[in-house]
This record gives sequence, structure tokens and C-alpha cells, in this order.
Amino acid sequence: MPKMKIDGKEIEVPAGITVLQACELAGVEIPRFCYHERLSIAGNCRMCLVEQEKAPKPIASCAMPVMEGMMIKTDTEVVRKARHGVMEFLLINHPLDCPICDQGGECDLQDQAMGYGRGGSRFDENKRAVPDKDLGPLVKTSMNRCIQCTRCIRFATEVAGVEELGATGRGEQMEITTYVRKTLSSELSGNIVDLCPVGALTSKPYEFNARPWELRKTESIDTMDALGSNIRIDTRGSEVMRVLPRINEDINEEWISDKTRHAIDGLKRQRLDRPYVRRDGKLRPASWDEAFSAIRERVAAVRGERIAAVVGDQCDAEAMVALKDLLNGLGSSRVECRQDGAALDASVRGAYLFNAGVAGIDTADVILLVGSNPRIEAPVLNARIRRRYLTGRARIAVIGADEGDLTYPVARLGTGAAALAELAAGQGTFAGVLKGAKNPMIVVGQGALRRPDGAAVLAKARALAEACGAVRADWNGFCVLHTVAGRVGGLDLGLTTTGGIDGILADASSGKLDVVYLLAADEIDTSRLGKAFVIYQGHHGDAGAHRADVVLPGAAYTEKPGTYVNTEGRVQLANRATHPPGEAKEDWTILRALSGVLGKALPFDDLDQVRERLVRANPVFAAVDVQSPGAWGAFGVDGALTDKPFASPVGNFYMTCPVSRASATMAACTAARQAVPSMAAE
Amino acid sequence: MAMITADPTDVPVVVDFQFTPEYLALAREQIAQYPAGRQASAVIACLDLAQRQHDGWLPRAAMDYVAGLLDMAPIRVYEVATFYTMFQLKPRGKHLLQVCTTTPCWLRGSDAVMKACREATGVAPGQVSADGLFTTVEVECMGACVNAPMIQINDTYFEDLDEASTKRLIAALKRGETPKPGPQVDRHTSAPEGGPTTLTTIPGGAAPLAKS
Repeated sequence: MPKMKIDGKEIEVPAGITVLQACELAGVEIPRFCYHERLSIAGNCRMCLVEQEKAPKPIASCAMPVMEGMMIKTDTEVVRKARHGVMEFLLINHPLDCPICDQGGECDLQDQAMGYGRGGSRFDENKRAVPDKDLGPLVKTSMNRCIQCTRCIRFATEVAGVEELGATGRGEQMEITTYVRKTLSSELSGNIVDLCPVGALTSKPYEFNARPWELRKTESIDTMDALGSNIRIDTRGSEVMRVLPRINEDINEEWISDKTRHAIDGLKRQRLDRPYVRRDGKLRPASWDEAFSAIRERVAAVRGERIAAVVGDQCDAEAMVALKDLLNGLGSSRVECRQDGAALDASVRGAYLFNAGVAGIDTADVILLVGSNPRIEAPVLNARIRRRYLTGRARIAVIGADEGDLTYPVARLGTGAAALAELAAGQGTFAGVLKGAKNPMIVVGQGALRRPDGAAVLAKARALAEACGAVRADWNGFCVLHTVAGRVGGLDLGLTTTGGIDGILADASSGKLDVVYLLAADEIDTSRLGKAFVIYQGHHGDAGAHRADVVLPGAAYTEKPGTYVNTEGRVQLANRATHPPGEAKEDWTILRALSGVLGKALPFDDLDQVRERLVRANPVFAAVDVQSPGAWGAFGVDGALTDKPFASPVGNFYMTCPVSRASATMAACTAARQAVPSMAAE
Repeated sequence: MAMITADPTDVPVVVDFQFTPEYLALAREQIAQYPAGRQASAVIACLDLAQRQHDGWLPRAAMDYVAGLLDMAPIRVYEVATFYTMFQLKPRGKHLLQVCTTTPCWLRGSDAVMKACREATGVAPGQVSADGLFTTVEVECMGACVNAPMIQINDTYFEDLDEASTKRLIAALKRGETPKPGPQVDRHTSAPEGGPTTLTTIPGGAAPLAKS
């Protein structure tokens, strides 16, 4: 712990940090452009110059490690002059187009020019002109504004793992470019817009849409994948303008995926903004009363065992518990949350959680991916695995079909269950590696579980985890990676049925079910619903609504306060950023109202009471923002394994849910990705 | 000043590039100079070999090939190739006339050398002459200031030039001759013009040295 003096104040700082970090600890702000705490140090913008006693000239504080007895001054004439000079140089080639720049109002260059600049320029030559680049449908470039901090290059290379951005040329000819005019092939490319300290990289879908000071900011939770990234939803009026990441070191750090950020234009398309009732074979607009009475007519006389419900992928726990209670009131307990037919076991919490936690990746030394492609299932989590790989302290292996580059090299042990069985039996060299590992991590993806032999695969994975010492008191490396935001919440509420989704569809098509309630469930084969009376409650006119007999308009994830449980079992609360469109309502209130119409009134009238009910249903809902491994027990069913390779359920990363399927931006990304076949970079 | 160095569009498309066995052997020799896993350190040498094999300029296919050879991301190779002015990203004439115009050469008359190049080749700097033989480029100091002004033609220095001797040089190249490298005046390397002016005798009265 070196002791040093910053502006005359003595401070003891951890060894190995930089002067800039020490200044931050001392509460002194140092201006910077190229330095970013999550990227490697470049030291090329020179904005962070400070004075060090006995040093002949100002030092770049971002690149200077602290040393015992250092005397740093940040508030002297030398420092002020250095900052003035650097700022003047940075602004030499920077255009004066702030009024038409999207970065205006949240621009580091603008802010720091005000704070540390000298207020005028002595440069009266021509400014240089740099051709704009085409980085695809998400990132708009205005390269004249670039100050060459190289944050975007470092992000693409280090975090995203796609070495496609670089700085070509030298001196005045230096340019940030892909050189070959191609779209960035990363699922995290939107983050370079946040990283850009100037307006050189801005968001293309958000181009000229709003100014930051017009926006109302709501802190919330993302539902585009099972990671539960912390987001900030910016709205103007009733419109969601953009989504930005919020820092949560345990989950998404400060990144979010392109789908999280840019699928939001799907919230404005294909929305269900009023109830519909099918009459003469066609869905016709109706009032809430008409819709409810249509349901009462068909449902009131039906016996409980002839009613079933399916819960969708992005449902909040409040709606799910309300649906469960409604069905129970009607005499049915048949509510299924595993739309994809994954053989997940709800009876043991450890069986369906990412037990080690997302942050657990940082301590894992052997990572085995079983039927999971985290790059498209949870890109931000994948970036964490990549970072772990970059430390050189983790070996990574995959069992599953080769679906392209994961941004880190992996050992491919096989494509299907046979390879897993071999490992569990302790055969092969990698079995020894797993056994010898300190913190082995076995990531089981939905690709391994959503198959007829899923339960047997789950049993094998458990056997492997126990055999290699992955399940201990201080470490549980058995990790299920989910692909959808609502799944763990559904499992925590026990929304599983014997026979699963296949049983419900089979019974519906054979006429054993009269009523099927779809709570935003769109990923099922609706042609197998037979003659059943289908009630669809959801927010988008997707597959479920097209088959429905009554459509009840619900709220999307930005429009309701909701509880979501992420893949690691962390309960998080999303907030309402805007109101549902038209006559649409929050989902649990619809179910509450319907229960009254059906004469089985649910015992809660406000959100607090629903949440109390949630906690009674499962105490984990009381522990918000806490992650801990689930209880361990016996799960999975030993059985025959088939040879079929494990394949990720996510075919197209950009379109996985009703919101992203309705998004024009995501459609553009899909088209751009198909135009450029994914590069096998390594 | 030409603004864009990156990814020129006005160059012939070269679809495929591969080292010939001889060049590949040379490249392997270069790669072998670095520890295993540090093969990327050989990128400049490999690019230079590729440029030599490919008529003195680097098409993108060659950069991509080098990237594959050294297991690097292509963009990392593009960065290197565009950084160094010694890598030509466009086709050039058979003889690359690299005229030094940095201060010492300029003081000693590099403007006249430039003029001679322009007149003798018939095209402006950066362009390929009609006969495909010459491209003139201005370069920065090449460390031969004592023999200023100078010009590097491909790998060879020609020094102590003026307008007439530059034109003579270019005319010789046009005829397909190989002119004498080094100073173009009566001078041995960097020794004084016309022969030594000091140390012409051996101290102690020995016989005087013969004039070279």
C-alpha cells in the first residue's frame, strides 16, 4: 500500500493502480478521453496530464503506476497549461457542428472543453476531412469528429472479441476504420457508441431523435435474454427513445447486447392496443366487457382438468402468479412455463440456476459449455467468459454442434450426449482436466435440454458435476444458461406440468382440453391447439394472437413494474418507463379483473399485495438483487441418450421474441449479418 | 494532400496472392527469428517480401495472405501496411524514384531533382509513367545527408545529384542499363570531392599516399 500525496493531501492507495485511479480515490477529477476503466490503457489522448514533483514534464496519469512517496499536483499552472494545450490540439480538427451532433448534451469533448479548455483556437488552416465509414445498421459514423482515442478499437478487440476495427494510416492520415467496408460482426457493437467520448460514433436508429435533456430516465431490467442486464430506459412522452446500460458489476458490468439496446422500435409495431374477439372466424375489435363475457361464456362451464395455460418467455412473475392462482381457482393446476419443452426440473432450485453466478465466471478455471452458444444466447455473459480466457487462467471446452466462433478458442470434445456421457464416466483427457480444476464450471444450455432425451442429459450433467467436484459447499459450478427472461421466475413458481408443453399441445389437438390460456406465449406450435378455445393475453400480434379466440392486450416489459429472475436466480425489479398503448393494461391487473368476472376473485388488489403473494409462493422473491446458489438435490432422469448434436435454440440472435421480431432495426441487422457470412476470425 | 490512405478503391483487383516457394522459404526464415507464438513480429518482413514478389506493391489479397500466414486479424496487417510509407498500396512503375526533400537535400537542390524526375518521366509524383517504368515519390530523410541531394531507386541510393545527372540516370534506366550506384560526382562514398584533402601524408615522413 504505497503512500502518496495528491494536491498536498496524503493518501494510501492499493499497489499497482495508476495515478489517475489514485486521484479518483482522493476525490480529484482528472479529465480523460482515451482512458476507460474496462479497457486496456492506451495513453494517447494526453488529456490526463498531471504534474509530478521532480518529473521534468507533466506525466500521463492514466498510464503511470503509483509509487511510494509520489507527489502529484493536479491544480497548478503547469497542469492547466498542459490541459489547455491538449484541448486546443484535440479541437484543431474537430468540426464545430455541435448543434447538429447527436452527442450534444452528453459529449465528453464538449464538457471537458468547457471545463478545461482555453475557450478559443489559434488554428486558422483547413480542418482535415475524413470519409465516413459504414459500420452497419446500428452505428452511425461521423469520422470528422473522431479524436482517435481508440476506445472503439480496444472494445472490439478486447471485450467483443472481433478484431475488425483498427487505425490505419499515420499522423494526419490516421483513420479509425474496418478498412474493408464491412459491418461489425459483433452482438455488442452498440456499446462502442456509449464508449465514444465524442460524436464520431452515434446510434443510427436513434439518429436525430431526441436530446438527452428531453428524456425521462427509468431504471429497469432487460428481458431480451436471461441475463437480466440492468438498463436505463429513456422515454419522451409515451415513447421509448432508447435503452442504455446501467452498471451492475455482478451481471452486465456496463455493457448490453445490440438486441437489448435496439429492439425497442419493435415496441411500436404490431401492438395489441385493444381487446379482440373472434366472430365468424375473424378477430374483431371488442371492448374489455365483451372480451371478458366471451371468455365467461366459454370457460364457466368447463371442468378444471380441461383447462391449461402456457406462460410466455418474457412474462413478469406478478402475471405468472396471478395466472397460476386464476387457474387454481378454476380447478386446474396445469400451467406450463417451459414453452420450448426443455427438461428443466422445478423441484430442485439448483437444477435450473446458473449456480455459480455470472460473476462466478471470473473465478472459474475450467469452463465446459454443454449445448450452449453463449455468444448468441447471452452475448454479455460471453464477453465475461472471453475476459476470463484472456487472463490465461481458464480452459474452455464445448460439447455441441460447431456454430461458429465464440470469440475465444475452445476445445471441442464432441457434438452430442455421447461425449457428455464419456466425460461423466471419467473417460478422456478432459475428464482429468475437470477433476483437477479448482473451480470447474459446467454450463448447460437449453440446446442440451430441449430434446426428447433432455432429462437424461440433465442427469448426466449432474453426474458429471458431482463427479468432478463442481458442487461443493463453497462453489457450485453447475450452471444452467437460460435463453429467456421469464423462465427462472416461472420455475420458481413451480409452473411445470407432467408431460410438459408437448402434453398440453397433444391434449389440445386430441380434444382433451377445451380452454388454453396463452400468457404472451408465442413460441409454441399454434397449429397443434386443435379446437381448443384459446385466450391470448400479450402485447404483440405474434403467433399466439393469430390463433386466439379472444385477445387481451397486455403490457410489454417497458410498460409495467415487474419482477424478473435472471438465469443465476437473482430477483430483480423492473420499473414502468411508459404506459401500455391504447386500452392495454398491466398483465396481473387483467388477470385480476378476469378472475372477478369468472367469480373466482383473486385476493390481491394492488402491486404490493401481488408481491406479498409472490413471496408466499416462493420466499426467494423476498430477496431482491441477491444471488446465491440454489439448493442441491437429485434431479434429471437416467435414460437413453440419442446421438443428435446439441444445437442452440437461438437461430437468429436478432429475432428471438415478439418485440425483436417486430423490430425493423433487428430486421436490418439480420439482413446485414446474412449479407456478410460470419467470419471465422480465429 | 491526398486525404485517404485507407483502402484505395482505384487499384486493380487482385483476387489471389500466395508466396512462391522461394519467397515462402524467405518468409519462414524471418518468422523463425522470433519465439514461437510471436510470429506476428515478422509482419513487416513478410509484407516487404510480398511487395517484392508482387511488382513492388501490396494488393489487399497480399495483406490478407500475410495475415493468414502469421495468424493475425487482417485489420492488424492493414494497420501496419498503411502506417509505413515504404509499403505501396497502389501499382507503381518498375523503378520507384524516391526523392528525398528533407531540409539538407532541399538546401542542396532537391527541387531541381524533383523537376528532373517530373520532366524525364513525364508524369507528376505518385503517377506511373506512360511506359510503365517510373513512379516518383517524395520521401523524408533517408540518412544520406552528407551526399545530398539524393534519390533512392528501388533499393539503391544515388547521391550528389543535380538536374542533369538525374536526367542522365533516368535516361540510362530507360535504356535498360544499370547505372553506377552511390555518388554521381567524382567522389568516393562520403570522402571529399576530387579525393582526400587531409591525411594525405603519413605522419613521420613516410611516402605520400597515392591519390585514389
